[in-house]
Amino acid sequence: MKLLVCISVTPETTAPIRFTEDGQSLITEGINYIINPYDEWYALVRAIELKEQHGGQVDIVHVGPASHDVLLRKALAIGADAAYRIDLQPKDAWQAAYQIAHFAQDRAYDIIFAGKETIDYQGALVPGMVAEMLHLPFASFINYLEVEGQQVTVRCEIEGGYEEYRMPMPLVVSAAKGLAEQRIPNMRGIMMAKRKPLEVIPPQEVPAKSECIGFEKPPQRSSVKLIDPDNVEELVRLLHEEARVI
Amino acid sequence: MILVYIEQADKKIKKHSLEALTLAAQLAEALQSKVAAIVIGEVDNPEITAQYGADTTYLVSTTESDLLDTAARTKVWKKLVEHTGGSIVILPHSAGGKAIAGRLSVALQADVLSAVSQFVGLDGEKLLFKRPVFAGKGIATCAIQASRAVVTLLRNAISPQKREKPYRAQTIAISDVQPTVQLLQRQKTQGKVPLPEAEIVVSGGRGLKGPENWHLIEELADVLGAATACSRPVADAGWRPHSEHVGQTGITISPNLYIAIGISGAIQHLAGVNNSKTIVVINKDPEAPFFKAADYGIVGDLFEVVPKLIEALKRYKEKQ
Repeated sequence: MKLLVCISVTPETTAPIRFTEDGQSLITEGINYIINPYDEWYALVRAIELKEQHGGQVDIVHVGPASHDVLLRKALAIGADAAYRIDLQPKDAWQAAYQIAHFAQDRAYDIIFAGKETIDYQGALVPGMVAEMLHLPFASFINYLEVEGQQVTVRCEIEGGYEEYRMPMPLVVSAAKGLAEQRIPNMRGIMMAKRKPLEVIPPQEVPAKSECIGFEKPPQRSSVKLIDPDNVEELVRLLHEEARVI
Repeated sequence: MILVYIEQADKKIKKHSLEALTLAAQLAEALQSKVAAIVIGEVDNPEITAQYGADTTYLVSTTESDLLDTAARTKVWKKLVEHTGGSIVILPHSAGGKAIAGRLSVALQADVLSAVSQFVGLDGEKLLFKRPVFAGKGIATCAIQASRAVVTLLRNAISPQKREKPYRAQTIAISDVQPTVQLLQRQKTQGKVPLPEAEIVVSGGRGLKGPENWHLIEELADVLGAATACSRPVADAGWRPHSEHVGQTGITISPNLYIAIGISGAIQHLAGVNNSKTIVVINKDPEAPFFKAADYGIVGDLFEVVPKLIEALKRYKEKQ
């Protein structure tokens, strides 16, 4: 099987989020970057498992700057075979999706994996865009995937349950929690990753379509009102009369 | 024309769709345009759409199998946009909305912005929206072109406002979309409120000490008509299913009331719940970081506090 995993990079979950005084941009100083957890823990690992079961290769593709190469090496250490980095800092989902679709269009992948969303912008747009650009079926938010012949069975998360579909390959899927178990790279994987190919590809010249023009911190909650544990009636009263939520 | 996807469950229009109609009315005012409610399949009271500002309600008949697949759904929406002369499509930021937003924007050659929480206004040819970023640790103002756009709206971000327009319905039949996928089964938790849509959520953490104590969470949720949730360590330990894990790497929720019991409030957990309107924290550790993010707090042993709270709520409900 020929599998592609789209890798995005986000600030780690505990990163301090501050904006410049003019509100124009994020202060990146002091922020550590990680592979987006949905891409690494679920999409990448499920692709590697499929390769282990059915044979084939797992490629990863990333749209981003050279400083992210160390993270691509980590994905190779976990078990991907080859990395491709499209040398562009994308400004929006459309620009990233365009680069990925252009990269993938002539490479005959059976399944293109991505995470269900990035944990920084949580847009959940790129996988569907890639599918439409490549005219492929798309299953979103999957937590189960099995391959039988030229078909896959997937389960898509919906509110309060799931839908199970049979779909033809090739297709695009976006991975949710439960699709696989996170893998930690071992020493052998890390050593092997150093010799695996990481190719840098020049970007297609296409402008972004949307832009973020300003950033601010969310309004602070007023400080907590503490209630005596022996007087829970007071909490019930406040939730009804003050917060008006019950 | 601003098209609004009216989402339904068991033929009832969801509150989220009334919120979307309210956003559409704001956009229509700014752009001097009209609002069209798109109802796909049968619903019980389609005229509600007019009460919340729809100038026209399109009742779309199409076989259910046409709607399974994102490619087929995208084709249906493209036809609807062409038929109505639509310029902007508002989708819910739900499983169904997210599944097609990206696809549809490419098919329509439209700009797209997902997870918006507020319409800021019109700036020349651009629409400005606010949306949370960095797991709620920031808010971005983003610009997209007004002439053709797809927007997904976060749940519980805008209060539905009545506008009382006359109900004008039109029926459209859409065929000729060939799905390539086959639905094998649809599993839904019966009778329970789905967590992402719940107005009230009761959530438990490691402080519960084990799955055998979860009846406390469930009883409290029952009294409140709430959904249940949990922290990541609880889901990872297998005490509760992954579908209940709220947080930055689980699901993000924004209920009116979030009650956190025995959860310390790690930053990743807060990221999944900080858009809740009201947060109550019950924890025996007064230093638990969650108290800093809470509106109301009780410092105490949950095994004593929660049963008392259940009783107090039962008495309150009886009085109502």
